Amino acid sequence: MIKNRLKRRYLFEKIFRFMGLSAVVTALAMLAILFLTIISNGYSAFKQTYIRLTVTLDEEVIDPDGARNPDTLSSANYSGIVKKTLRKIFPDVKSRRDKRELYSLVSQGASFQLRDIIMDNPDIIGETVTIWVPADDDIDMLFKGYIKRSTPENERRVSDKKIAWIDVLLNEGAIKKRFNSTFFTSGDSREPELAGIYGALKGSIYTMIVTLLLSFPLGVATAVYLEEFAPVNRFTDIIEVNINNLAAVPSIVFGLLGLTIFLSFFGLPRSAPVVGGLVLTLMTLPTVIIASRAALKSVPPSIREAALGVGASKMQSVLHHVLPLAMPGMLTGTIIGMARALGETAPLLMIGMVAFIVDIPKGFFDPSTVLPVQIYLWADSPERAFLERTSATIIVLLAFLIIMNALAVVLRKKFERRW
Amino acid sequence: MQTFILTFVILFLTLIGFILGKRRSVKISNGGVNKLHSLPGYYGLYVAMWCSIPAVIFLALWLSFENSIITTLIVSDLPDEMKDLPPDRMSLIVNDIKNLAEGNIVSKEPDEALKKAALHYSRLKEVAYASLFTLIMIISTVFGIFTYRKIQSNFRARNKVEKIMEIILIASSTVAIFTTIGIVLSVLFESIRFFRQIPVFEFLLGLKWSPQMAIRPDQVGASGSFGIIPLVTGTMLISFIAMVVAVPIGLMSAIYMSEYASYRTRAIVKPLLEILAGIPTVVYGFFAALTVAPFIRDTGALVGLDVSSESALAAGLVMGVMIIPFVSSLSDDVINAVPQSMRDGSYAIGATQSETIIRVLLQAALPGIVGSVLLAVSRAIGETMIVVMAAGLTANLTGNPFEAVTTFTVQIVTLLIGDQEFDSPKTLAAFALGLILFIMTLCLNIVALYVVRKYREQYE
Repeated sequence: MIKNRLKRRYLFEKIFRFMGLSAVVTALAMLAILFLTIISNGYSAFKQTYIRLTVTLDEEVIDPDGARNPDTLSSANYSGIVKKTLRKIFPDVKSRRDKRELYSLVSQGASFQLRDIIMDNPDIIGETVTIWVPADDDIDMLFKGYIKRSTPENERRVSDKKIAWIDVLLNEGAIKKRFNSTFFTSGDSREPELAGIYGALKGSIYTMIVTLLLSFPLGVATAVYLEEFAPVNRFTDIIEVNINNLAAVPSIVFGLLGLTIFLSFFGLPRSAPVVGGLVLTLMTLPTVIIASRAALKSVPPSIREAALGVGASKMQSVLHHVLPLAMPGMLTGTIIGMARALGETAPLLMIGMVAFIVDIPKGFFDPSTVLPVQIYLWADSPERAFLERTSATIIVLLAFLIIMNALAVVLRKKFERRW
Repeated sequence: MQTFILTFVILFLTLIGFILGKRRSVKISNGGVNKLHSLPGYYGLYVAMWCSIPAVIFLALWLSFENSIITTLIVSDLPDEMKDLPPDRMSLIVNDIKNLAEGNIVSKEPDEALKKAALHYSRLKEVAYASLFTLIMIISTVFGIFTYRKIQSNFRARNKVEKIMEIILIASSTVAIFTTIGIVLSVLFESIRFFRQIPVFEFLLGLKWSPQMAIRPDQVGASGSFGIIPLVTGTMLISFIAMVVAVPIGLMSAIYMSEYASYRTRAIVKPLLEILAGIPTVVYGFFAALTVAPFIRDTGALVGLDVSSESALAAGLVMGVMIIPFVSSLSDDVINAVPQSMRDGSYAIGATQSETIIRVLLQAALPGIVGSVLLAVSRAIGETMIVVMAAGLTANLTGNPFEAVTTFTVQIVTLLIGDQEFDSPKTLAAFALGLILFIMTLCLNIVALYVVRKYREQYE
């Protein structure tokens, strides 16, 4: 009977162990699935389908009076030129509806691209140039295989006619995928093929600069005070409890704080990185403080005593000896806090950083958006091409986060000291 | 731009103060620097601090109130019929005036009064900037000269500098308190305004949530209904699903990692699990909306279930995944804190490892685990992006995980994004929801922190 029981007990032991293992495996599997989905959805956005056009820059159309006046040049009918070029490639397209469909092969960005070329160098007017212009997002999707040729025509966003034209272009080598530099150099756009993350990236950088400049000194100062100077009394106790609670307050509540205090009360501009930075500072401050205090705690008291022993004042012993030794730990904590702030979305929605902003922000007070909010905005868009770009943005964001965390780990490994 | 110039001016004066202060201390000592009470640098620092700190405080105060004061001034100068406009129209006019003054595009053709006000505005701005500039110069130099003349060989500069530094440290540590006060005040004030329009009981006990206010009073649904019960159940449902996922997986992996796994496995797997915690929530939201929700819907369709594409299940599952590392790392800490002697004692009387874990370790660690689960619940309740992207907007009063439900955070976001009128109950409701959310998470946190702290003391 005992043997039987023992067998049961060992069986249970095995099952229990297996449950533990499967829990770990499940968690890791989730991580793997998440990364695989994002990467498989997003990697294709780094390439974009371009169409080669051989454009005749007709002086009659661009600059009829030949004065090279910038105003005339910038308002010339460039889309007309693009259309003409397309008609030249497919001369047998006659009906009005077919023509319109033909024109939609290339992105609306093509005419802007042409204008920029001319504005940069007006001398080439009258010549014939070969340029690669972005294809329309539907064509891009077809080319990347997200729109299947096998689906029936009425369920497909690209008509059979367009496919035929594309095949012609393909035979001539006039359509191909190239590196999508637009994605990294332009701001948001309603047209997926013209949309980029540069504006959001710059907004994120400005916001992070504000957050870093405020949260690091404030956090370190608070930690130094609480750890080294504060007497044990009611006041410091309140501060401690406060910090621990703030660390667990939902981030969206900080957004409400930002909306009422910074926007309504102080009248700071909406959607500005400076407000975002302020809100994120308040949010990351507890993280920085807690990490900095842990770093200060790990410095052995003998260091302080030695400094005091040779006649340093309390402040000198802290500033000259304790703080430098605790600095790596503080920096690690700050980097981790910054990584969290970089991925934070909800409080920034509250302070209006969700607006559709095309311009690249030029300073701390310009309206801008940040990478996570850009992800949120694009995730709402119906176009298939935006799905791909959302995933690509996530890849970029995750890359930044991984770099920051790796930096924190390296810093910790390099300066970790056992006393 | 002007602020940058002012900052530079202050920095420049501070630098001059430092150099002059240091020089004077050296000069006073007549070559015997060791006769001074403090090192010469401290004298310089003392002057520099008095040059910069009052000026910076003044600048900050000025900048935070300049805007509202100037706005009040131009509003009071507007013609009488414009002064009586409702606040939202008024803010539009003020915006127009500012844009006009800065040469930007205005919403409509400016009339005489606006043009005059714009001129007035730009003149006020100029005056304000000029006076700010002179005042800062005066403050900085006056304090600088005053402290400069105080320098003598027996002047205790180091002690004074350290005192100022300590005050700065104390001031920084009060930021946390001010943040809490700011949060409480900001949600409380708006909530009080909300409760003036909607009774508290209707808000707390109402069964219907539809904050869409009609623009005209004669439209259908002219008054929205603000009963938060459906939101409470929705939040609870999603948090519950998340906990059903996160607690078993998180707890079991914590047990496995701390009791079974080899050192090497732990060194690899632990950081990987931490990655789950570091992924931004907007990414989880995207994942839930893009992959998990359609998957659940299609699977449900296969089995013959009618699953909404914004089901509570999808949001809850993904939220659970997000919380796994949170539960596991906290439980890991508490399990590791159980003294080794308790394990050894259990093994000695012949218990297997699993029996030891269940009967000894978990019993001993229970308060800590409960604390970490409570913290995880508060995390789940306050989580925003996953539910905004994957859960619905309609407030269904249901416990069915396949239907769409909505949560506090979703409603706060939808109420405050987009066009707002500042006085409508619709906007104010968001703050009332924020207040409830803050109170709920605060209670959970306090209880959890208390439990964890009590537990820690037990073994220390």
